[in-house]
Amino acid sequence: MKENIVIIGGGIAGMEAASQLLDLGYKPIIIEKSDHLGGHVAEWNCLFPDMTPAGDVVKNLVTRSAGANIFLNTEISFVNKLKDSYNIMLSNGISIITKIILVTTGFSLFDASKKEEYGYGIYDQVITNKDLEHWFNTGDDKRVGDCGMNAVGFVHCVGSRDEKARNSQCSKVCCITAVKQAIEIKQKFPEAMVYCFYMDLRMFGKKYEDFYISAQRDYGIRFIRGRVSEVSENIDGKVIVKAEDTLSGKPVKVTLDLLVLMAGMVCCKDSTKVANMISLPVDSDGFLKSRDNVTGIIEAPKEGIFYAGACTGPKTVPETLAEARAAALNVHLYINRMK
Amino acid sequence: MMDFGFKISPSSTINLDKVDLEKFTRLHEIEPDVYKCMACGSCSSTCPAGRFSGMSLRKVILDLQRGKEKEAVAMMKNCMLCGKCTMVCPRGINTRHLILSIYRIYAEDEK
Ligand SMILES: Cc1cc2nc3c(=O)[nH]c(=O)nc-3n(C[C@H](O)[C@H](O)[C@H](O)COP(=O)(O)OP(=O)(O)OC[C@H]3O[C@@H](n4cnc5c(N)ncnc54)[C@H](O)[C@@H]3O)c2cc1C
Ligand code: SF4
Ligand code: SF4
Ligand code: SF4
Repeated sequence: MKENIVIIGGGIAGMEAASQLLDLGYKPIIIEKSDHLGGHVAEWNCLFPDMTPAGDVVKNLVTRSAGANIFLNTEISFVNKLKDSYNIMLSNGISIITKIILVTTGFSLFDASKKEEYGYGIYDQVITNKDLEHWFNTGDDKRVGDCGMNAVGFVHCVGSRDEKARNSQCSKVCCITAVKQAIEIKQKFPEAMVYCFYMDLRMFGKKYEDFYISAQRDYGIRFIRGRVSEVSENIDGKVIVKAEDTLSGKPVKVTLDLLVLMAGMVCCKDSTKVANMISLPVDSDGFLKSRDNVTGIIEAPKEGIFYAGACTGPKTVPETLAEARAAALNVHLYINRMK
Repeated sequence: MMDFGFKISPSSTINLDKVDLEKFTRLHEIEPDVYKCMACGSCSSTCPAGRFSGMSLRKVILDLQRGKEKEAVAMMKNCMLCGKCTMVCPRGINTRHLILSIYRIYAEDEK
């Protein structure tokens, strides 16, 4: 089985697909721009809804995909379209000829400092979901532990469902991430008042609603329906949050020791760059466009090009892994058809 | 006071820093399920007293957490304890029992 298979992106999608292809007898090539595998999941601490350690998930995938040809710190310099294949030139000088490309370039986290009214990068005590995961992992962030932690707030939909930020889509994972992180804060600081400011709570997945009920019943987390409009800082360095409590139809304000912004998932610029090199279309939501959003989400509209994971839109870990397995099978069937 | 032709109204903003939740905490001790309310409004829409008196259990539960205890207690005077709300609450809250507990804790000053 000499067929070259190039997987662009060594996140969980790329690794899962590689491991399946290895089991099917192929020798896939993973191209990863950063210095490690795992993508975003390598930065998370515990995964909803069962608090599975993210490190275990990544470690397991790294082991299972170890047989692949893996290029770290490597990007794609350019791609030449040949008659029925592609010539991919890597930044390390190596070139690969392949008929099959699997794009698993994932997403980018919305840059929360673009929402200036929330004060990320301006006020010390405003952090993001990613910063909080980093603190759970390392304990290394003075903004979190050192501030009394009497009152903590979570802002949903930061950079999602926001046409002004040019992302009208729902990022899907941040409601449940907010519930998860709020519970974790409450476990570490039982005396803290914890507020979630939401527009809708989108608890779509298996056991998510149970997680939400538990956040209310067992942890007393306060859910306030209203989008935060404005954040300011007081003289003690605490943050004051203003919103409308739309359930009572009144403005509401509260002083917090820490505010966590639920930055959303947006299409990764490097995905779009790769898409441009292979002339792949981009969908109206900014993510890569599939052949069909119902029946062919893991296929690009071009022969021999496949997708898996968050490069086509916000996905959870189980959804990403399922797509990666499906994509590996599609690649296998495609190769059989070519013979 | 001089009449300027206008007056200053108190701010309608709910300041969560100043809300005293002492009674609500006590309520929660005997009615742990009160935290489970998700403000769906089923109770209010089915309430036979609601149509002519403005009784809304959803609002009562909310008001108690926003420092509007007086309004909540006043609203509850219209409840007939018929228990219809208990039958419809999707979160399985024993609302009728909850109403009685709210009375016990919040209306005690009025006895
Ligand atoms: C705050 C937060 C918390 C989350 N928590 C959970 C959770 O608890 N449970 C859950 O199920 N899901 C969670 N998710 C979702 C989860 O992160 C995604 O499902 C997952 O990361 C998608 O994996 P992926 O491989 O598609 O993309 P990514 O994780 O984004 O990986 C993409 C990889 O491709 C690389 N890459 C990109 N472009 C190029 C290029 N041009 N060349 C080479 N390499 C490239 C990147 O460096 C990266 O390594 C969370 C998401 C967020 C935002
Ligand atoms: S998942 Fe929730 S927080 Fe995230 S964008 Fe959708 S509604 Fe907003
Ligand atoms: S018990 Fe009271 S609040 Fe509930 S439906 Fe009957 S009248 Fe309305
Ligand atoms: S029916 Fe139950 S959950 Fe819904 S508003 Fe009433 S008490 Fe709350």
